[in-house]
Amino acid sequence: MNLSRRQFLQLAGVSAAATAATLFLDEEPALASDLKEIRISKAREVPSVCPHCSVGCGLIAYVKDGQLLQVEGNPDNPINEGSLCPKGAATFQFAYEALGKPNPRRELKAKYRAPYSDRWEEISVDEALDRIAQRVKETRDRYFIEEKDGVTVNRLEAIAHIGSACIDNEENYLLTKLMRSLGVVFLEHHARI
Amino acid sequence: MTTSFWDLQNADVIVFMGSNAAENHPISMKWFLRGKEKGAKVIVLDPRYTRTAAKADMWVPFRSGTDIAVLGGLINYAIQNGKFHREYVVKYTNAPLLVHPDFQFHDGLFSGWDPEKQAYDRSTWGFQTGPDGQPLRDETLEHPQTVFQHIKRIYSEYTPERVSQITGIPVETFLKLAEIITDTGVPGKAATFVYAMGWTQHTKGVQNIRAATILQLLLGNIGVPGGGIAALRGHANVQGATDLAVLWHDLPGYLGIPNESHKDLATYLEKTTTKDSFWENKPKFMISLLKAWYGEAARPDNDWAFHYIPKVDSRWFSHYDIFQSIYEGTVKGLFVFGQNPAVGSANAGKIPQVMKNLEWLVVVDLFATETADFWHLFGNDPKQVATEVFFLPAAGPLEKEGSFTNSHRLIQWKHKAIEPLGEARSDGWYAVQLGKRLKALYANSTAKKDEPIRYLVWDYDDPDHPNDIDHLKVLKEINGYEVATGKPVSGFGQLKDDGSTACGCWIYSGILVEENGQLVNKADSRKPTAPNRPDGWVEAKGDGTTDYLHHGWGFAWPANRRVLYNRASADPEGRPWGKVPLVWFDHAAGQWKGVDVPDMLPVKPGEVRMGVRFDTPFIMKAGGLGGIWGGTSLVDGPVPVHYEPVESPVQNLLYRQQTIPTARTYQSPYDHYGTPDKYPIVVTTYRLTEHLTSGVMTRNLPWLAEAFAVPFVEISQELAREKGIRNGDLVEVETARGRVRVRALVTSRLKPLRLGDRVVHEIGLPIHWAPFSGVAGVQADITNTLTPQAVDANVQIQESKAFLGNIRKVTA
Repeated sequence: MNLSRRQFLQLAGVSAAATAATLFLDEEPALASDLKEIRISKAREVPSVCPHCSVGCGLIAYVKDGQLLQVEGNPDNPINEGSLCPKGAATFQFAYEALGKPNPRRELKAKYRAPYSDRWEEISVDEALDRIAQRVKETRDRYFIEEKDGVTVNRLEAIAHIGSACIDNEENYLLTKLMRSLGVVFLEHHARI
Repeated sequence: MTTSFWDLQNADVIVFMGSNAAENHPISMKWFLRGKEKGAKVIVLDPRYTRTAAKADMWVPFRSGTDIAVLGGLINYAIQNGKFHREYVVKYTNAPLLVHPDFQFHDGLFSGWDPEKQAYDRSTWGFQTGPDGQPLRDETLEHPQTVFQHIKRIYSEYTPERVSQITGIPVETFLKLAEIITDTGVPGKAATFVYAMGWTQHTKGVQNIRAATILQLLLGNIGVPGGGIAALRGHANVQGATDLAVLWHDLPGYLGIPNESHKDLATYLEKTTTKDSFWENKPKFMISLLKAWYGEAARPDNDWAFHYIPKVDSRWFSHYDIFQSIYEGTVKGLFVFGQNPAVGSANAGKIPQVMKNLEWLVVVDLFATETADFWHLFGNDPKQVATEVFFLPAAGPLEKEGSFTNSHRLIQWKHKAIEPLGEARSDGWYAVQLGKRLKALYANSTAKKDEPIRYLVWDYDDPDHPNDIDHLKVLKEINGYEVATGKPVSGFGQLKDDGSTACGCWIYSGILVEENGQLVNKADSRKPTAPNRPDGWVEAKGDGTTDYLHHGWGFAWPANRRVLYNRASADPEGRPWGKVPLVWFDHAAGQWKGVDVPDMLPVKPGEVRMGVRFDTPFIMKAGGLGGIWGGTSLVDGPVPVHYEPVESPVQNLLYRQQTIPTARTYQSPYDHYGTPDKYPIVVTTYRLTEHLTSGVMTRNLPWLAEAFAVPFVEISQELAREKGIRNGDLVEVETARGRVRVRALVTSRLKPLRLGDRVVHEIGLPIHWAPFSGVAGVQADITNTLTPQAVDANVQIQESKAFLGNIRKVTA
């Protein structure tokens, strides 16, 4: 029976005794008796990809009752074969500093800084989006260039978008589609730097 | 990357130049080192002895900014010693083509330079054509106007002695390097070149890569097993964001942004389509894009709504032009999704100063950024800053589903592990909400200018998850579908130019398909088609029994192909050149077969289709020929030649033209450029394993913040002695643009470089620190306050890898 360590750990909760007796992995024997309380034993495995560099290492997030327990390299992923660099191995901390303790630096509410103000204030996501849409419309309506020498150019030079190589393909596609349709020509992301 | 990580084990030589993969793409090293275990020689060209250099057979330090001198020297060596793959060069590249008879290159300038416009007229850089409209060619390569003779002439000045004087590489070291690399210029052997920001961040970044392309084509190393050019991208999804065209000059799938000379779709297609190439299918891709974006409004009687898409004029609209235009007052409102330009941009001190001119700013991010807080950055007085700022909290990496495209074009799906924390939402959700609100605001407009918003196809809600969007629906649109049935297309071969198909990004076609009545997301395919052995090895087997390229894992664009241009791995008759075949022509079956998905038109060897005359491998290029000659495609020259960086300690030893004449610098009270009398030291910048770019994604994670808390400047022992600096001292690094205070790391990893009879020092700093963001205690000065906004004319990337500065010891 050829099992990865990860499969073994999963099986441990189900038929541990039978497999453990015959398996010696790495340097240490894995004993079922050690594994009964293992944190991830009944956790759901969620495949993902590291958010840092462009190698595309596979991650497995272990989730139980909606709680993120652990993030490890995905041993089935043929790029990283389970290994991760320090950055990938720290992916857990984007959400939690320690089990159940959210990273306190994460911004979890929308915020607003008024003109000439020296502080942020709270704003609801809904209200922020309403006001942003208003500002976009005002700016667009004031500065839109519809025609140049008889050619329709539909160009809006007054709004710029600096986007991201840290967000998903689908999100980037939506932003391209929306920005271009507003007439935005100053449209960029990390590739330019 | 033209290749994939899994194919690197087939390389005979691996050359890192402009990449420190062990530090910056650590897990990729697994694959480079497997190549080394199988006998590949590993060479690292880098001013510093890096972690990658520590794994190399040969480390060759050279002065930052002189890559083309090194590569030009290698091209010269290959030609002078006949060490190139002649049949490949003659049949698969444009080397035999005759260049325009009026083409000239003299003292660092190509014909057509207009000093007033500071730009080239490129009309003499193209090819001579015969009465049939096809380029004239001389397969003996002897005609003096052939591409081959031109490059032979131009690079004949790049002798080992001259290369040494420019770069600091001793002649005997250069000769050894040249011999190892050009040994692959025979059938069946391959070198791969690996680069990253070390090549792109120069005023001649594109030409750096072109120089490697010329060399690799001469050696017959592109499209063959273990060959190619490996671009290691800087972020998880740089490749994807580029494919989906979040870039001013492009539309999804590299279709190109229209300009004012394209009065209608026909003109746009006529002027922007590469003839005699696979690009002749472009009308299908473009009309399908317009259909995906504007639905019912994209009709033949409406020119397919082509005019809805904005047209640019002759200006640039790049990253640095954005900030210049904010300074000049053109740009009034700015969206920043997931980036921290106040730290990550060159001449970072300029950014918060000009941002004061913004009327409004929207920042979407996980953590607070210096960009969102620019109104009190670098001495900005909030009471003087009128900008209205909105900050929207973004969902984290495990808090949403979607796909990333990695360096080797592999698209992998990520599942949502947990719900977004607090009120955070995905960037995609914000985009959809904003679009919905704008559609509502413009719903009653009758103005023509508002039609692109009114008719925008924008229906991505997920009824089951009001706080999220239907990510698969977006993926289906990217993939393409039949308009009448909504069924996904199975590949870009099904796209039509009659409005019956819609497709958001043609190169991604085939990613979401229908199989047995079920939608199948190929990005989420995780079939272990080549089970890993316990030691992790997957042997490349030519008979196809072992899929070492892992076609069952994810989806690689285009068409799930893992090695681009793989037609080049076989000779003109379709027989593999060497040991590991990628594709071959099966005469009995009358068709091409391959370990990889064959990259060619469906023709027999030698057959002509779509104007690609000789069944050649590079089907996206005119005539299917690899571009040893760049022709008119780049604005700064048909071939790369050596120029000094905008800030350089020395004169250009080859030409009177000191810098690349097309380089752009900016004029504002915040842009300054230094000279060697005041700033004699070459400065470069780089990354560390523990951090990413501006550090917002890493200094906010305690494990990483603790792993590398303090920034530094790396200096040689010799320079340290000269300046009276000891390891750990607080020092100030200064350039014409600013100063940063960091600790000195005195090391033997950097050596003074001997250029002829003089010595030049080089120092280097990592870029990851900033004053506000991160765990308490890991704040510091912004390295990018030192770097210049001097950019490449083709792609507008800044020269942050080679500029001038000085260093002195200070007390705290």
